[in-house]
Amino acid sequence: MRRLTPYLLALPSWMWLAIFLVVPLAAMASVSLQTGNVIDGFVMTFSFSNYGDALGTYSTQLVRSLGYGATATAAMLLIGYPVAYWIAFKGGNRKSVYLFLLLLPFFVSFVLRTISWGFLLADDGILLGTLKGWGVLSADFHVLATSFAVIAGLTYNWLPFMILPIYVSLERVDPRLVEAAQDLYASRGTAFRKVVLPLSLPGVFAGVLMTFVPATADPVNAQVLGGTGNTMIGNIIQTEYLVNNDYPTASALSFTLMAVLLVGIFVYARVLGTDNVLEAAAR
Amino acid sequence: MKHLHSPALVRGMTQPRTRRDVFRLAGLSAAGLALSACGVQGQKAEPPKADAVADYWAQQKQNNKVIFANWPEYMPEDHGPLKKFQQETGISYEYKEVINENTEFFGKADPVLRAGQPLGYDIVVMTNGIQLQHMFTLGYAVMLDQSKMPNFQANAGEAYKNRAYDPGNKYTMPFASGITGIAYNTKYVKDKITSIDALFDAKYEGRVGMMADAQEIANFGMIALGVDPETSTEDDWKKAGEKLKAQRDAGIVRKYYNQDYIDAVSRGDVWLTMAWSGDVFQRQLAGEPVAFVVPEEGGTIWTDNMLIPKGAANPVDAMMLMDYLYKPEIAAELDEYIQFVTPVPAVQDLLREKAESASGEDKKALLDMAESPLMFPTEADYAKLRSYTPLTTAKEQVFNPIFQSVTQA
Repeated sequence: MRRLTPYLLALPSWMWLAIFLVVPLAAMASVSLQTGNVIDGFVMTFSFSNYGDALGTYSTQLVRSLGYGATATAAMLLIGYPVAYWIAFKGGNRKSVYLFLLLLPFFVSFVLRTISWGFLLADDGILLGTLKGWGVLSADFHVLATSFAVIAGLTYNWLPFMILPIYVSLERVDPRLVEAAQDLYASRGTAFRKVVLPLSLPGVFAGVLMTFVPATADPVNAQVLGGTGNTMIGNIIQTEYLVNNDYPTASALSFTLMAVLLVGIFVYARVLGTDNVLEAAAR
Repeated sequence: MKHLHSPALVRGMTQPRTRRDVFRLAGLSAAGLALSACGVQGQKAEPPKADAVADYWAQQKQNNKVIFANWPEYMPEDHGPLKKFQQETGISYEYKEVINENTEFFGKADPVLRAGQPLGYDIVVMTNGIQLQHMFTLGYAVMLDQSKMPNFQANAGEAYKNRAYDPGNKYTMPFASGITGIAYNTKYVKDKITSIDALFDAKYEGRVGMMADAQEIANFGMIALGVDPETSTEDDWKKAGEKLKAQRDAGIVRKYYNQDYIDAVSRGDVWLTMAWSGDVFQRQLAGEPVAFVVPEEGGTIWTDNMLIPKGAANPVDAMMLMDYLYKPEIAAELDEYIQFVTPVPAVQDLLREKAESASGEDKKALLDMAESPLMFPTEADYAKLRSYTPLTTAKEQVFNPIFQSVTQA
């Protein structure tokens, strides 16, 4: 009995995985190979061509999403790392206040926050209208309905998910290690490069993972902030599912997106030097 | 699928869920998953026998509550008509603005109704079009009790009692009609817009809004080509698709909008846009610089319809509320706020009367409404207005990609 106990204790989590991951995935895999329509129903025909057709039609949007996701992730890293560094090393005893401030906007719904950016960045709104009034910008200048707006929206919406894991890994760096490096004649730059940065890589890895995946799949920012040529793959999946009721195509696209992201993450993990990082990230 | 209409099942679906039911539902959804592994079942329903409808209604009783799901900005903010209904009948209401698009609403409702679960609404409002047809075909709409609509029979306009998409008013009662035309921001557009060509004019590069909905944008593409959408062919759709693609590639279109177009045009992000009549009038009342015009080439007219979704918990109360909205004074109060086309013609005289007794600004506003051809179109106005392309499911699979490849590049 005692030997079984750990397994019994683990049972809820296995059930959770089975019910909320395995079963839906299996159902989706099955639907992605069916053909039919919403009135007559869908029948399993092992129609692997669903994948080819979906990819052929929507490769532009898929590639664009990966590009937007990668750009936004890079931007988040550039913005987020210094913020995390500052809070971890210079935050003193107000660290938790800063972290709370960072998370404060997230008490408001994601969609509402994105729509608010629409108002802030309106062509004649608070920001651009004022700048145009001063003659800094030309009357035709606009931010909304551009790829810049979409990427900026993605960056804004997931920034805390980049900052928090990096902060956690930086927080754990013992300041005495930096002192030791400097005692050994490392400049501040070298100490950062050789000591702090490598120790924070697990945080960077986790941060990239937690932001790149949702940013690539997101439909909201493109819909609210984008224009005519900024449709992302998330919007297409939404349209196929909710508007066209073409469940097979929607499922095939979801699977393709998932596969591409998994391969991307795997390659990324390999390049970053892997096992240690994964282990450290999981810690 | 006849058993779907058996009274016992219907009763089961219209009663509140106990905790045990929840477990049973969970079991059901697991069974549903197992089913989906070998295919998503078709749901095409036989039209129920006349006595099945009578049986259904005989089983129902008044529950003194009703849940009404509608589109945004479709009810006075003080809920006046609903409050009066509550006072007169003692039926309490919940009003939810949850419907933003027919397509998306149907997309979300379909799996729920397909699994035989209730939507949680007693009345929903959908525009005539392919999704409404789906609701009928799939048996998702409860057939109305024709004996419980006295106000409708007495006060609805003839055109609203004879609708091609729901002959005999079997499933729906109209909520309001509206016109799709062009709205423009008068702060930026100094010319008087009259033609649909303005939407394709390079002068407004980057300042034109078009609608994301495939049927809406298709209509305007076809009207611009001089084609009547109602009788259009696949060939016309392709030509319209080309025209709209050229418009996009020339950089004229800023964005393809859903309901959010109205914010964009009133704050000046776009200068002119496809628009729904009543939305624009409401913004005018709020003092925003927007004007609405039906292009001389034609616009489209559509009707939003109230229906009772399958499995609704309070169908009797729902019938009472839907019919109540056909009392002329209630319809007038509603229309004075929403400013779409009311299905109750007597409203026009009521607004005129009210204008008589009003004074100053109010008087002018009421008179403008009462005489507005966009709220009370004449025969001649109707002649300029076109209807949606009727689509079968097979045709929809040709139609949608043509226009979605424009709006979702």
